[in-house]
Amino acid sequence: MLEHVVNGLVLGGTYALVAMGLTIQYGIARIMNLSFGDTIIAACFGTYVLFSTLQINPILALAVVVPLGYAASLLIYRVIMKPLVDRAPSDGALEVDSILVTFGLLFAIQGVLLIFFGGGYTSYSFLNTPVNVLGTAVAGNRLLALGLSLVIAAVLVLVLYRSRWGMMLRAVALAPQSAPLFGIDTDRAARTAFAIGGALAATGGVVVSMFQTFTATGGVVFTMKALIVVILGGKGSVPGAIVAGLLLGLVETFVAAYVDPGLTLAAVYTVFLVLLLVRPNGLFGKA
Amino acid sequence: MKFRIAEAARAARRLSTHAAAAALLVATGATSVVAQDGTPVTIGYAVSKSGPNAGGSDMTVTPNYELWVKEVNDAGGLTLPDGSRRPIEVIAYDDRSSAEEVVRAVERLATQDKVDFILPPWGTGFNLAVAPLMAKFGYPHLAGAAVTDKAPDFVKRWDTSFWFMGGSKDYVEAFTDILVQQREAGAINDKIAMISVADGFGIDLVKAARPAFEAAGFDISYDETFPPETSDFATILGEASNAGADTFVAFSYPPHTFALTKQAKVAAFNPPVFYLGVGAGFPIYPGIAGGSVEGVMSLGGIDPQNELNAAYRAKHEEIVGRAPDYWGSVLVYASLQMLGQAIERVGLDKAAVAEELSGGTFSTVLGEQTRLEDNQLRAINWVGQWQDGAFVAVSPDGGNGTAAVKLPKPDWQ
Repeated sequence: MLEHVVNGLVLGGTYALVAMGLTIQYGIARIMNLSFGDTIIAACFGTYVLFSTLQINPILALAVVVPLGYAASLLIYRVIMKPLVDRAPSDGALEVDSILVTFGLLFAIQGVLLIFFGGGYTSYSFLNTPVNVLGTAVAGNRLLALGLSLVIAAVLVLVLYRSRWGMMLRAVALAPQSAPLFGIDTDRAARTAFAIGGALAATGGVVVSMFQTFTATGGVVFTMKALIVVILGGKGSVPGAIVAGLLLGLVETFVAAYVDPGLTLAAVYTVFLVLLLVRPNGLFGKA
Repeated sequence: MKFRIAEAARAARRLSTHAAAAALLVATGATSVVAQDGTPVTIGYAVSKSGPNAGGSDMTVTPNYELWVKEVNDAGGLTLPDGSRRPIEVIAYDDRSSAEEVVRAVERLATQDKVDFILPPWGTGFNLAVAPLMAKFGYPHLAGAAVTDKAPDFVKRWDTSFWFMGGSKDYVEAFTDILVQQREAGAINDKIAMISVADGFGIDLVKAARPAFEAAGFDISYDETFPPETSDFATILGEASNAGADTFVAFSYPPHTFALTKQAKVAAFNPPVFYLGVGAGFPIYPGIAGGSVEGVMSLGGIDPQNELNAAYRAKHEEIVGRAPDYWGSVLVYASLQMLGQAIERVGLDKAAVAEELSGGTFSTVLGEQTRLEDNQLRAINWVGQWQDGAFVAVSPDGGNGTAAVKLPKPDWQ
C-alpha cells in the first residue's frame, strides 16, 4: 500500500513538472500551446547531446537548456504570437488562433528535430540509482522530477501570490482588458509568462530525458498529458497542476496495482470526465 | 531524402560512366558488353520517417535500404543477365506512420512513378496493408520486418509475397524449449510472470505464448497487458516480482523495453530468466542499461563466429554511422541481396524475379546457401541473449550457429 503511494507520487511528480509550464502559458499568456510537448522533446535532445558528446552532467545541463528554453519561447512569442494577440478581437479568438499556429509550430519543431536526429529512439542512463523512500526503492532521476516540481511550484506560488510582480501577472490572467487601466503592461506580462512556461518545459525535458525514451515525434504524448493535468487542475493554477499531476500519478499506480495495468488510461480519463462534470473549471479553476 | 539519394545515384552513375568509358578505351577493339546503358532501375519505397513507427523503421528498415542502394551503386549498379550494369534510382516516401498513407504511396509508386520494384514498409500491420496492392500490381513483396504466424496462408493468397521474419509461434516455441530444459535442470521453477503491450506485436506474441507456456506445464502466475503509452513500470514490476516466478517475460516495444530495464535495475528485480521484447537487441541497449546487460534475453541474436554477418555489421556501421540491430536488420538486408541476385539472373521482369526468389538459392549475409521454404525464410535465430557484450543467438545446448544459453542471469551491476 505504502509503496504504491510512493510510486504514485513519484510518477505524479513528473506529470506535474511537465504541466506547470503549460498552465502558465495558457492561464496568463492565454496561448494554448500545442507545441508544448515538442519544446520538451527539444530539451530532451539538447540534454542528450550535451551529455553524450560533451559529457555534461544533465543536472548541469539545466543551466544551459533552461535559459535557452526561456529565450526561444520569448522569441517565439515576439515573432509569432504577438501579431495574433494584437489582432485578436477577443480571448476566444486568440485561443483558436493560438491553437492553429502552435499546431503548425509543432510540425516545424518536429521537422527540425527529425533532420538533426532522425526518427529513432533515444535514451541514456543517468542517475538511475535506487533511492530508498519509506521502504520503496525509487529511481533517483524520477525522485528528482518530483523534488523539482515541488520546489518550482513553491517558488512560483510564492512569486505569484507574494510579490508585486506576481500580482501583475495574476491581474493579467484574471482581467486582461482591465489590467492596463492600472498601468500594467499586459504585453510584457504575457510575454514573460510565455517565456517562463517555455523555461519550465525545458526543465521538464531535461529531467524526463533521464528516464524516458524519446523520439523526435513523441512530443504530442507530453502535450496530451500536460493538457489533461492543466484542465483538471484549473487553467493558470500552479497548485492545481501539482495536485492534478499527483492525483493522476496515484490513480494510475493504484489502478495498475489493484485493478489492471491495461486500464490505467481508462481510469485517468474517467477521473477527468467525472471531475469536469462536477467542477467544469477544474480543481482550482475560477468560474 | 528522395533527392539526396537520387543525387547520389546520379553522381555514382557519372562516376561509373567514366569508369565504363575508360574500360572501353583500354579494351581495344573488343565490343564491350559491360557498358552501362545509363537508364536507371527505379526502386520505390514508403517507410515511416515520422510518427510512432519512425523509431522502428529507422532502426531496422531504412538504413538497410540506403546501405544496399549505396553499395550497389558504388559497384556500378545492378547487374542484369546480359552483364550490363544499371544504377538504382530511389523514390522514397514518408508514410507518416499511417496505414492509409502507406497504401496510397505504394499505389502511387506502382501507377504513377511506375517503378521497377517496390520495397516494403516497416511493421507487420503495414506489410499486410500493402500486400494486396503489391500482389495486384505483380510486384515481389519482400516482407522483411513483419512477424506473422499467417505467412503460410499469405503465400497462398499472394504468391509473389515473401516473409523473412517468421511468426510469433516460432519465437515463443524456441524460447519455451529453453525454459523446459532449464526447469528440468532444476534452474527455474514452473512459474512465469508475463506482461505485454496492448498493441500489434505484444498481442500477437502473448497470444502465441499463453498456450505454448501452458502446454509445456508452466503456470503463468502474473499475466497483464499495459497500454503503449505506459512510461512508468514501477508498479507493474513490483507486482510481477511478487508473483514468485523465476521467469519474467515482457513482449514490449523499445520505449517499454528500456524503461523496464531501468526500473528492474532500480528495484533490484533480477529473476533467473529476464526476457524482453523489441529493443533489447538494439545496439544502444547496453548504454541504456548502464552497461549491465549480461544474461538479458530477447528475440533474434546473431552468430558471432559468422564472418559474413560480422562484415555486414562493420559495413553498416561505416556507411550508416551506427551498428544495425541484432534481430531484423540482417534479415532485411539479406532480402535485398536476394532481390539483387534474382535480378542478375532473370532481369527486370517482376514475375520472373518473384519466381527466382521463390525457388532459387542465394549467397547472402545469412550464408552461402540461403533459400526460401514455401516463400518464407526459416533459417532465423529465434532466441538471443546478451553474452560478453554481444547479443548472440542461443538454444538449449548450443550448436548450429547458436551458443548455449547461460542461466541464471547474473545480478545487475
